[in-house]
Amino acid sequence: MKDNKKTYWKGIEQLSNDPEFVKNAEKEFPDFLPINQNEGGGSSRRDFLKMMGFGIAAVSLAACEAPIRKAIPYVNKPVDVDPGVPNYYASTYVNGGDYCSIVVKTREGRPIKIEGNKLSKLTQGGVNAQVEASVLTLYDNERLRNPKAAGKDTDWNTLDKEVITKLGSIAAQGGQIRIVSNTILSPSTKQVIEDFKAKYPNTSHVTYDAISAYGMAKANEDSFGVRAIPSYDFSKADVIVSFAADFLGTWISPIEYTKQYSKTRKLGDGKKKMSRHYQFESNLSLTGSNADYRIPIKPSDEGKAVAALYNAVSAKTGGTSVAGAGKYANIDKAASDLVKASGKSIVVSGSNDPAIQTLINGINSMLSNYGSTIDLSRPVNYRQGDDAAMDKLVSDINGGTIAGLIFFNCNPVYDHRRGTELKAALSKVSLKVSTSARPDETASLVDYVAPDHHFLESWNDAEPVKGSYSLTQPAITPIFNTRQAQDTLLTWAGSEEEYYNYLRNYWRRHMSFTGSFDTFWDQTLYNGVLDTETETQSFEFAGDVNSAAALATAVKAADTELALYFKLGVGDGSQANNPWLQEMPDPVSKATWDNYLTVSQAWARDNKVTSFQGECNKAKVTVGGQSLILPILIQPGQAQGTVGLALGYGRTSAGKVANGVGVDAYPLLTSQNGATNLNVTSGVTVEVLDEKYHIAQTQTYQTVMDRDYVIQESTLSEYQKDAFAGRYHPQVSNWMEPSGQTSPGNISLWEGHEYKNHHWGMVIDLNSCTGCSACHIACQSENNIPVVGRQEVVNRRDMHWIRIDRYYSSKKGTTDYYEMIEATDNPEVTFQPMMCQHCNNAPCETVCPVAATTHSTEGLNQMTYNRCIGTRYCANNCPYKVRRFNWFKYHDNSQFEDINTSMNNDLGKMVLNPDVTVRSRGVMEKCSLCVQRIQYGKLEAKKEKRRPKDGEIEVACASACPADAIIFGDMKDKESRISKLLKIKDTKKADYIIETEIGEPRAYHVLEELGVKPNVTYLTKIRNKEQSEA
Amino acid sequence: MTQKRLLTRVFLSFTLFGCFYISNTLALAPADEIPTDAARISEGQAIFDSNCKTCHRVHDKLVGPALKEVYNVAPSIDWIVNFVHNSSKVIASGDPYAVALYDEYNKTQMTHFPSISRDQILSILGYIKQETEKGPAVAAVVSTGGGDANASGDAGVPAIYIDAILIGLIIVLVLILVVLVLITTILRKYLNQRDDLDDADREIVNPTFSFDLLVKSKPFIFIVTFLFVAIAFKVVINNLYAVGVQKNYAPKQPIAFSHKIHAGTYEIDCNYCHTGVNKSKNANIPSPNICMNCHGSIKTESPEIQKIYAAIENDKPIEWIRVHNLPDLAYFNHSQHVVVGGIECQTCHGPIEEMDVVKQASLLTMGWCIDCHRQTDVNTKDNGYYDNLVELHKEESKSALKVEDIGGLECSKCHY
Repeated sequence: MKDNKKTYWKGIEQLSNDPEFVKNAEKEFPDFLPINQNEGGGSSRRDFLKMMGFGIAAVSLAACEAPIRKAIPYVNKPVDVDPGVPNYYASTYVNGGDYCSIVVKTREGRPIKIEGNKLSKLTQGGVNAQVEASVLTLYDNERLRNPKAAGKDTDWNTLDKEVITKLGSIAAQGGQIRIVSNTILSPSTKQVIEDFKAKYPNTSHVTYDAISAYGMAKANEDSFGVRAIPSYDFSKADVIVSFAADFLGTWISPIEYTKQYSKTRKLGDGKKKMSRHYQFESNLSLTGSNADYRIPIKPSDEGKAVAALYNAVSAKTGGTSVAGAGKYANIDKAASDLVKASGKSIVVSGSNDPAIQTLINGINSMLSNYGSTIDLSRPVNYRQGDDAAMDKLVSDINGGTIAGLIFFNCNPVYDHRRGTELKAALSKVSLKVSTSARPDETASLVDYVAPDHHFLESWNDAEPVKGSYSLTQPAITPIFNTRQAQDTLLTWAGSEEEYYNYLRNYWRRHMSFTGSFDTFWDQTLYNGVLDTETETQSFEFAGDVNSAAALATAVKAADTELALYFKLGVGDGSQANNPWLQEMPDPVSKATWDNYLTVSQAWARDNKVTSFQGECNKAKVTVGGQSLILPILIQPGQAQGTVGLALGYGRTSAGKVANGVGVDAYPLLTSQNGATNLNVTSGVTVEVLDEKYHIAQTQTYQTVMDRDYVIQESTLSEYQKDAFAGRYHPQVSNWMEPSGQTSPGNISLWEGHEYKNHHWGMVIDLNSCTGCSACHIACQSENNIPVVGRQEVVNRRDMHWIRIDRYYSSKKGTTDYYEMIEATDNPEVTFQPMMCQHCNNAPCETVCPVAATTHSTEGLNQMTYNRCIGTRYCANNCPYKVRRFNWFKYHDNSQFEDINTSMNNDLGKMVLNPDVTVRSRGVMEKCSLCVQRIQYGKLEAKKEKRRPKDGEIEVACASACPADAIIFGDMKDKESRISKLLKIKDTKKADYIIETEIGEPRAYHVLEELGVKPNVTYLTKIRNKEQSEA
Repeated sequence: MTQKRLLTRVFLSFTLFGCFYISNTLALAPADEIPTDAARISEGQAIFDSNCKTCHRVHDKLVGPALKEVYNVAPSIDWIVNFVHNSSKVIASGDPYAVALYDEYNKTQMTHFPSISRDQILSILGYIKQETEKGPAVAAVVSTGGGDANASGDAGVPAIYIDAILIGLIIVLVLILVVLVLITTILRKYLNQRDDLDDADREIVNPTFSFDLLVKSKPFIFIVTFLFVAIAFKVVINNLYAVGVQKNYAPKQPIAFSHKIHAGTYEIDCNYCHTGVNKSKNANIPSPNICMNCHGSIKTESPEIQKIYAAIENDKPIEWIRVHNLPDLAYFNHSQHVVVGGIECQTCHGPIEEMDVVKQASLLTMGWCIDCHRQTDVNTKDNGYYDNLVELHKEESKSALKVEDIGGLECSKCHY
């Protein structure tokens, strides 16, 4: 790392070596301790006596009579439920067009954790943050508890009667009825809508998506004659070129793509090749952070850059060129790589402009990627939204031609471009109904709300990709008086049939199966997924690239362009009321609880904006008469002349958690060539305000104190030459060695630990980790980690056990402003998941005065909450800064009622893992390596009188990881994946101890020079770059 | 002291005599059938420890009779086997010895152990025989000291010598005291006769004892205060340690369910109702539908049983009062202890089959858990999980593998 002369920095403050930052960084805890805030000045002897008196009284009172605790059994115990034993149900997460095949862990009949379903060929056991967090949305106190009529609670019979009467009268008068929804993946639900249409013939169904891909479907219609989005297989791609498509983060089906993509980034003995990834984009996205080559471009340049690539590829394959192409770095290089990898490459664009997508189709077609990496005969159903139809609908409503509107689980008033217009026009519709589960922006404006179940309470099916099916089954009985939306539509359509039976009958009719249907159904339900054969068709590209190029390159550049984007946590905002997602730091900006205007360092200099640890000026952004006031965040890698802003924030009717968090940028969306567009390329003005605002950022306040070997990286060509490339081997002087030097781990004051039974360890492959933060939420859900809220994050008291450290790196060290601008222009990014390293020579263990943190015989660094007295010495002494202190009692505390919802109301508490203690104020906590899962797995093995098998015991972060970057296992077990991956050898050191020696060249320990000997190992980051550019 | 020793000696000779007498007169059982080889005996000991020990001891009466000489006392080996397999059947058959035993022990029935084979029972008898021949532990120690003083050459100084030395020492000390008193008296007399003493010296020679001065003296006040504070501190600490410890807690339950009737008299297996005990961390309080398996037809008129019917009819669960409360920060798993460890329910829950009202029999404090983890051998038999651990342990130690040896005292075993 030192050898390649890079500078690593966590935030701009560190890069610029701000003296204030340096002062703070040396402290584990911020200065402002809450103790001094009480009564303005410490405690006196009288306070002490008072406290002691109270304490004695309290203890003696407590001693008088222990509280009576009840043990309440079931009245009639369900056969399948044993208290204390978890049950797992295969199901499907569907949120609009977002899809994930999942397994739901339930305890005593309540879902507490979501895991990926390994049987799915699409998501392959991966999940993302939103999927993991959806279990908390189930227990959201602000879901509707009853159906509502005119804002008042009613009962289902009354509601049905009234709605049916009104629908009947509309139908009788020939009035138009529209069902508005986001993408519906469920074929049977679509059939339900067809049934509804049959009953009310003037009904039509309009689909739109907050994250629209309409332009892409339309382009495919123009190019191939099918309005569809193809399935991609990134795992087969050697070269990937993406134009602003955040396919690892938010584009179409990120879990699937991450699974595939990470397969091409794995390196090892048998595999010395990896994919090369080019990314052209404005905002530094998660995908861009992972790219080998990232080229910042302005949104208005997207079309021109695609055209340039088209020309470059066609020049090499003997095609014709198109007009209007621009000149950009690395286009030729990308083109020659692409042509070399013909049929094994993918070019994608995140643009929703059909013209750009047609050009992309042209490029992929020239590269013969169709049929190999891109499959149009198995189109995906994730984005079925029709922007034109939705546009027309809003106009129709405005024109007063719509009499009945049913919002089927969607919230267009909030998340559609013309939401404000729609809101105003809604009064012209005589019957407005919503099936939303919460009183959201749309549902609060309608006449009737028929609240739907949460998906964990529902039956459903899904066809995410043509021929691949998936079932959703309820994992809990409905908590509130809600009803499945399909049942609602069926009832209004006059059907008596329950949706569950309807669904079964639909499957009976439409699926091919042998033997009894019940067996087939049960088997599919057990697996959660069903894959069927589909015919392979071939498609000929017939798009008009010239006119497409003319349209795509016609966009005029402006001085300031706005690139809207979605964040990984909050996404389109539908799950905004989920505090886990709100507090999840954005992997790139590390900001929580807000959206903000991302600007480049150069822009900041020009506009005299400075930022210190998240505190920065506010700005007023004006786009065509719409103004928003929001904080500024200086984002390295932001393309010059652009600003970025995340959608999904600024909700007004989501609930206590999300209301008023950030600003709503949906009204700023534009329409380009008939499709909703995220790029605002004209009329953007940004005015810097004097007012300051502190964005709650994590990580940026910490530094590694120039210990630059935290990240060890190299390039592919170097790695191929020498597998040890990029590795740093610290040495200390030692007279006992013949060479006079030895590795720091070989010298120790301690005798070391002998592991006879198990030796748990973890490997994190920095090359596969995309930083997606699925592990982050998985850990939060598994280990009952509290949410502390914006202010507490600002106070540097976030509680997450695993954090994704994001390091920027740039060639030069910086001393002055201009060099800094160069460094922040387009830095390289490395993500490093960081949690307790379970050191064998743990510095925390030796300083604890009460032995609350100790080492186990299985290699775990144990934290015993009930023993901890809160001296915080351990956190001070931890070189990895992974210990978290409970500054407050986060549970049952009215201060955190609206933030930490999973610990402050009876409903929210249902999500807590009963096997993990909820920590109280004043104790330290940290990653336990999911010791509850280890203990459970060991017990199951003991009961079966055998050793645990590798893979049976899986920690939450590893099982969630869609990139398989985290591998956990027993290093004592010679057959385990971790042993094989690390090439573990046991060597006898001295007489008393057997040390684990790692043979894998890429494996290293963070801060190896300290000799703390962690049980968590990292594999070097390898970039597929030319050595000269690295 | 002497009296006590005398008593033990009498008891010992009586027992020895009794043993001789019994073995000489009642050696009817085919004693040759009882194994004497060490392997069988240790197997017998293991089975005895895990199954019988809860209620029986070799030399002492516990819940059941002392088992020493049982192979001679009982009618026959076959009788023992039958009784172990199904004691109620033997009692029901009207066997006079069995009935006598049953009556003697307050009609407490012995748990059935149909799974223990005849061979295993013989092993147990082998162990009992060995223990019987060893004699009770306490008596054995005394016999070396008091039984025959001359015979114990290597057992240290005989107690009688210590007594003699002590008495001698006391006599010497008393003599010294007397001499010293005499000397001071003589000296005082002599000094008082002198005239050249000033007042201060005279006061030293004839000190005046004042109770008032003593009470007001600093050392006295210090000692008294110190003692008071120390005792108060000790009392407070003791009481604080007892906070939250609910040993013998026996709350009145909403339904007067008797374990004595169900588990004792009718010997219903604990597992029958507490279904989770083999698979879950919770043993589970049975749901009323389990009660209904029998009480659908038994004692339907009883007002207590009516409460169960009411619960089912009203779909309202029965709110039992929890007797055994562990703090939330402690993780306990029943299946680990019962299935893997092979521990009997009674080991922690006490003689539950004798309780009309369930009470907490054990302390359930952390010290209590730790003690057991220090003392208990790991049930490694036929469990592939432990094979390697047992091997490694054998290399290092001769004693059996204790829970402590495999990390049973580590924090994260119970706290996470």
